[in-house]
Amino acid sequence: MNKVDLSVNIGGLKLKNPVLLASGTVGYGNEIAEFTDLNKLGGIVTKSLSLKPRKGNPPQRIVETPSGMLNAIGLANVGVETFIKEKIPFLKKIDTTLICNIAASSVEEYVECVHILNDEETIKAFEINVSCPNVKEGGLEFGNDLNAVGRITEKVRNVTKKPIIIKLSPNVSRISDFARVVKENGGNAVSAINTLVGTSFDIYTRKPRIKNVTGGLSGPAIKPVALAKVLEIKRNIDIPIIGIGGIMNWKDAVEMMIVGASAFQIGTVNFINPNAGVEILNGLNSFCMENSIKNISDITGSYQI
Amino acid sequence: MYIEKAFVESVERLDEETYLMKVFSPAIACIAKPGQFCNIKVSENDFPLLRRPFSICNVEGDYAFFLFDIHGEGTKILSLKKNGDTVELLGPLGKGFIYDDDYETAVIVAGGLGTAPFPFLIKNISDEKNIICLVGGRSKKQIITYGLKNIAIATDNGSEGFKGTVIDLLKEEVKNISKKKFRIFACGPNAMLKELQKYSIENNFDCQISVECAMACGFGICQGCPVDSANGESYLLVCKDGPVFNANEVKL
Ligand SMILES: Cc1cc2nc3c(=O)[nH]c(=O)nc-3n(C[C@H](O)[C@H](O)[C@H](O)COP(=O)(O)OP(=O)(O)OC[C@H]3O[C@@H](n4cnc5c(N)ncnc54)[C@H](O)[C@@H]3O)c2cc1C
Ligand SMILES: Cc1cc2nc3c(=O)[nH]c(=O)nc-3n(C[C@H](O)[C@H](O)[C@H](O)COP(=O)(O)O)c2cc1C
Ligand code: FES
Repeated sequence: MNKVDLSVNIGGLKLKNPVLLASGTVGYGNEIAEFTDLNKLGGIVTKSLSLKPRKGNPPQRIVETPSGMLNAIGLANVGVETFIKEKIPFLKKIDTTLICNIAASSVEEYVECVHILNDEETIKAFEINVSCPNVKEGGLEFGNDLNAVGRITEKVRNVTKKPIIIKLSPNVSRISDFARVVKENGGNAVSAINTLVGTSFDIYTRKPRIKNVTGGLSGPAIKPVALAKVLEIKRNIDIPIIGIGGIMNWKDAVEMMIVGASAFQIGTVNFINPNAGVEILNGLNSFCMENSIKNISDITGSYQI
Repeated sequence: MYIEKAFVESVERLDEETYLMKVFSPAIACIAKPGQFCNIKVSENDFPLLRRPFSICNVEGDYAFFLFDIHGEGTKILSLKKNGDTVELLGPLGKGFIYDDDYETAVIVAGGLGTAPFPFLIKNISDEKNIICLVGGRSKKQIITYGLKNIAIATDNGSEGFKGTVIDLLKEEVKNISKKKFRIFACGPNAMLKELQKYSIENNFDCQISVECAMACGFGICQGCPVDSANGESYLLVCKDGPVFNANEVKL
């Protein structure tokens, strides 16, 4: 069989293949580049950036749990300005699609960040992390509030022509409602899912194992949840989906695409195998060859229910 | 830095609780420096999920050594490895000890498994320097002297050597060597390092400490391993900026 077309198109964002590295699990690319060839990947998503640098949460920030891990990093990041000065020069040299992930504590801050970063040619799209507390309105997460997600999408849309991906929180009862709001307000795609809220206690000290008490659960433990959320969106709303959650190998990636993902991101696995992205890509390619799939995008939403 | 699938040569039980694993890992062995560590995948499946960090205890030719005790599932699996089994090493990681410059006596302070990085350090310290090793533990059972030399022991309950903490013992030793230029190298539980840090800052001693904390990646991408910088304004990463720090660089 001839070559497989691995390229995908996500609401106008063209990627050479569907393998993306997830926000917060690749830093700004330079460390992981020691172990893997980033040029081969579809893209990388930066650690969430905020307007000003953030120090992040005190330790302990992470703990392993059955088939997963909890993290409460606290969105530690260098801030938009340092990112442009110190991180973009490295990222510019890599032949892969750069997606900038933004975190903020007010709608205005989201807009300001995107506005500043919009001029950077290296950045091809924005992923908006709405799993952040809305400081002005009592600290409730934006991601839990349909109106807030709609407003952020609309306001960010006004300041950029680049594709906007809204990264949805799974800690809601109907995730497809959020995907609808994104679509209605001009978002190009959604990514799902961010981490699930969880905790873990030491039975002898009766203290939480992470200082922040609760953290975000990721890894294989969340894969079934992620698949169900992606499927729910796919069956209800016509919007491109980037699937995230618990992908460890190429089979998990195929499964994620079958339930509706046009592309996918890998997170926790990067900590264990920093070359996982390339290995998954090779696995996908062989799978397509063996099954006479000419375009990888044909797998998306090909479920038989 | 490499990801190296390494054959286990042997896992030797040194005493009731301590194990020494020898693995064939030529790529890592040839560039490793004292004080660095490897993040080890102990199984081929997803359990346990994360790698486990271990100090490089020693290097002999193409072989690397790791010293450990059974803590939880990961170290249990390691302890059962047999000749011909494999582990996957990611390393060498982090910044190691600085030991080459100008001082006369190296004072090694180890608490419990804190002995782990020192056989490799001792091997690399020039013969022209003196080395003293102070080893501490709660009782005789926690004393690990593998690969050390010129050893003095302290136990909290007095079951062996000096009765008191290893830092109390250090305070005694310092009286004998205070005229010489010395440098302290320390590794052990946080409580011990904290006490040592206070003492050495007060006395303006030249002191390097190897710090331990929970880790996921081990090479700087997860931000899971912060330690407060001395001025408290930012966090340093134990895996990338450490694990060895100058005693006055961090706030434990
Ligand atoms: C730089 C560094 C060097 C080390 N060198 C050695 C060594 O040479 N010999 C040795 O025996 N041990 C060493 N340790 C500790 C060793 O990593 C742990 O004992 C090991 O992870 C236990 O794994 P487990 O599955 O048996 O235990 P479990 O308790 O079942 O699991 C360990 C889990 O706890 C987390 N964790 C929480 N707090 C800590 C902490 N303070 N330190 C480590 N992990 C923590 C880990 O992230 C890991 O996911 C080192 C740790 C670090 C950070
Ligand atoms: C340590 C860690 C840090 C993360 N930081 C961010 C972040 O800054 N912004 C964000 O949108 N998602 C962040 N995430 C979530 C991941 O991008 C991803 O959505 C999640 O981990 C699920 O995928 P996985 O199971 O493949 O890890 C983080 C995850 C982990 C484990
Ligand atoms: S362990 Fe991941 S950054 Fe240090």
